[in-house]
Amino acid sequence: MDKKYRILIQEKNCKQCGICSYLCPKEVLAQSVGECPTVVNPGACIGCRLCAMRCPDFAIEVEVVQE
Amino acid sequence: MANYQDYMLFDKLPHTWCAGCGHGIILQAIAGALAQQELDKHDVALVSGIGCFGRVDDYLDLNCMHVTHGRALPAATGIALANPNLKVLVTMGDGDSTTIGGNHLIHCARRNVNLTAVIANNYNYGQTGGQYSATTPSGSITSTSVYGHIEPGFDICSLAAAAGASFVGRSTPYNPVQIRNLIQQGMQTEGFALIEILDTCPTHYGRLNKFGDAGHMLEKVHKMTVPVERAEKMTAEELEGLFLTGVLVNKPREDYYTRYQKIIDRLCTEENA
Repeated sequence: MDKKYRILIQEKNCKQCGICSYLCPKEVLAQSVGECPTVVNPGACIGCRLCAMRCPDFAIEVEVVQE
Repeated sequence: MANYQDYMLFDKLPHTWCAGCGHGIILQAIAGALAQQELDKHDVALVSGIGCFGRVDDYLDLNCMHVTHGRALPAATGIALANPNLKVLVTMGDGDSTTIGGNHLIHCARRNVNLTAVIANNYNYGQTGGQYSATTPSGSITSTSVYGHIEPGFDICSLAAAAGASFVGRSTPYNPVQIRNLIQQGMQTEGFALIEILDTCPTHYGRLNKFGDAGHMLEKVHKMTVPVERAEKMTAEELEGLFLTGVLVNKPREDYYTRYQKIIDRLCTEENA
């Protein structure tokens, strides 16, 4: 079975820079100006973790929920 | 297996840097490089200078020293010579490493002191309002060069390579995995290792030079680079204005401490003979 992922966003640390939603290769995250990102398409996540590694504010974590 | 989070002080977050600043990405990559090597925290010493990137030490759970502007390398040299078993990391910005501390950088590379310098080059003095530094590219706008910068900028990697560094690498925050691996490789190389990161400053440099928001700037800086392997097949014209990324120099040579110790050993033997 394909792996499933959960994206956790810590709004406390997020500065709404928009890097994660702009550079997500699968458009899992969406964001409007001045707001924290929201997970709009969790099923499309491939678990590349680029959002977590490119988040300058340590506000995103990607967890495996099902293998 | 160790995780980058083991080396971080999460209670200090959110950090001081602006929204979209690449420094946070490099900070995570530094912690990731330590985790990848499963280093004991007490075997690592981190020295940082003044500037935005000098604040890195506030967020890492390591033995840190925050020193005066441009003098991170002399302080780190002292640590590396006093305790050669330590892995010494130096975090500097472009102002710290090439503008105010430029002389220390070339002499540290020439002496080949066993330490790893991580330089976040964001082409301006971000903390004081975006003045130009020694790496600001010619023609670009900063708060002190509003009609375009007249001077050409330093190429930090070529400078370190010419001065004799053992290891030189370059990356951008677009590739956090590459930064992590370069830092790890640099730390495992004998002698002076320098990793330059072409950083993003969307607040000052990016805004004045029309790079767009944080995500666009990250992508545009990435497009200014070409991997060194691919560059070998390109002509000089195609490479015009592009920065090479990856491992640029990997020529380990005997470090300063080893050579100093050899003299001590030789003199002790002669004295006892």
